[in-house]
Amino acid sequence: MVLTTERAAAKATAPTGRRPPRREWLWGYALVAPMALGLAVFYLWPIVQTFYLSLNETGPFGGETWVGLANFADLLADEDMHGALRNSLVYALIVLAGVPLSIVIAALLNVPKLRGLGFYRTLYFLPVVTMPAAIGLTWRYLYNGDFGPINYALSLVGIEGPYWVSDPDVVIFAIGVVGIWCSVGYNAVLFLAGLQGIPKHYYEAAEIDGASRMRQFFRITLPLLTPTTFFVVVITMINAFQVFDLIFLMIDDSGTGMPGARSIVYLFYQKGFVEHSRGYAAAIAVVLLAIILVLTAIQFRLQKKWVHYE
Amino acid sequence: MSRRWTVHLALLFGGIIMITPFVWQIVVSLQTVTESMRTPPQFWPSWQWHNFVDIFQTVPLGRQFLNTVVVTIAVTAGQLLLCSLAAFAFARLEFPGRGLIFTLFLTVLMVPGELFLLPRYEIMQGLGWLNTLQALAAPGIFGAFGVFLLRQFFLSLPKELDEAARLDGANPIQIYWYIMLPLVKPGLLALGLLTVMWSWSSLLWPLVVNTDPEMMTLSAGLASLRGQYLTNFPILFAGSIVASLPVIVLFVVMQRQLIAGIAFTGSKG
Repeated sequence: MVLTTERAAAKATAPTGRRPPRREWLWGYALVAPMALGLAVFYLWPIVQTFYLSLNETGPFGGETWVGLANFADLLADEDMHGALRNSLVYALIVLAGVPLSIVIAALLNVPKLRGLGFYRTLYFLPVVTMPAAIGLTWRYLYNGDFGPINYALSLVGIEGPYWVSDPDVVIFAIGVVGIWCSVGYNAVLFLAGLQGIPKHYYEAAEIDGASRMRQFFRITLPLLTPTTFFVVVITMINAFQVFDLIFLMIDDSGTGMPGARSIVYLFYQKGFVEHSRGYAAAIAVVLLAIILVLTAIQFRLQKKWVHYE
Repeated sequence: MSRRWTVHLALLFGGIIMITPFVWQIVVSLQTVTESMRTPPQFWPSWQWHNFVDIFQTVPLGRQFLNTVVVTIAVTAGQLLLCSLAAFAFARLEFPGRGLIFTLFLTVLMVPGELFLLPRYEIMQGLGWLNTLQALAAPGIFGAFGVFLLRQFFLSLPKELDEAARLDGANPIQIYWYIMLPLVKPGLLALGLLTVMWSWSSLLWPLVVNTDPEMMTLSAGLASLRGQYLTNFPILFAGSIVASLPVIVLFVVMQRQLIAGIAFTGSKG
């Protein structure tokens, strides 16, 4: 990714070996400087500081004591952390399982000269532009065990629905469904763009060979869509591991559902900003970074096996 | 039944699933508390419009709305200016260390946002900015994503443009402002819309940095009602609708530009 854009940059700005005059250097630094300073203060320095904090014990009123890796050792033994890791992983898997749904929706939207494309796109995209806080509250109501419409609908077909947001065994699935509902439109837009990038002549050739539409979908569309699928899977996974808003709004902080719902970021928030154990929270953030980097690296390693680049 | 009808049926079925929570939210926002808790659920409003007035008395919703507007405008304007300046320099100017600095910018994109929160909070505390609007806006003004996005747009412009302008004696800032910026308008629009969307809805940072209800954004304001008002869904939903409507309206109006921006991140990511 970086490589290709670097090459493009070289093409655009390096004409015929012209050496840039020193004045141009100064302009370059001057125009980059405001953003670079902001990133240094609000991004780079915080990264360093978070790593530093993670190696310290911090009191509620400030003051840091160097404890080495003690916070990480504590995390290893912390049952809340085990729960958070498990919940985040299950949530990520559920949301990833929703990705094929976006492909199907995108494929349906990609039908040539489909009438009402804009209308459908609006419907599917609405949750993406809606405030997560509002979404969380709405689903909390829909999921209510006593008067919620979902359990009422289930009761019509003879199923007694659980207490979705307070039963620790089902709560993460309830949140996962909302996660899919929120992201399906966003992913469908990405897939639709991917589909529109597949050259028509592949289908024309398949048509001549007499391949059925199903066969075309599995033999042409899905393989040529894999670069988009890869991007969507990576982004979905990273976002899923950072789930916070939905849990904050849907689940009671001290309710019975929380142990089954608490994500890594929720635990981070609790430790860092409710209990004010900043060192411990920083260690959680570092672990989160490590998890995301490792999982992303694995994805990039695996992509050679299934992603087709033309 | 033709194939086309099957497609429409499938899309409509999915669409109904997507829209039902919104419709239900609107219906309940116009009910009394008792109606909202009936079994079987009552899917009909009794037009309790006063819920939309009551929510403004339950929380300083008007103030929070204003806070959110101010912060969103500041963040978006800041992003557009700073990202476009840096992106222009990376794409059209040569200076030693350009590749290195750009790579440093990109690494920031790889790091989950939670790593920034504790130190940012300490910075705001140190500045005495807790419970201020500038604390909400300041970190959001900066970001590497927009630089990356706009750089792609600047790179796509022909190099004859700057060369001709240079020959006419224009300096880089003039080239940026008069020649390049008008040509990357689609990029600016896409970045602007995405920034508005993110900034309007973001929760975690506003939640931790401003705890005074008067200084909260809508997102944090709604979230702070969890617990206290949880039995009063009609009022909560009225607040939710007021809070989410501006971005939904913006999306419906500017749909094509926003979608194009998102599709672009997919193709170039």
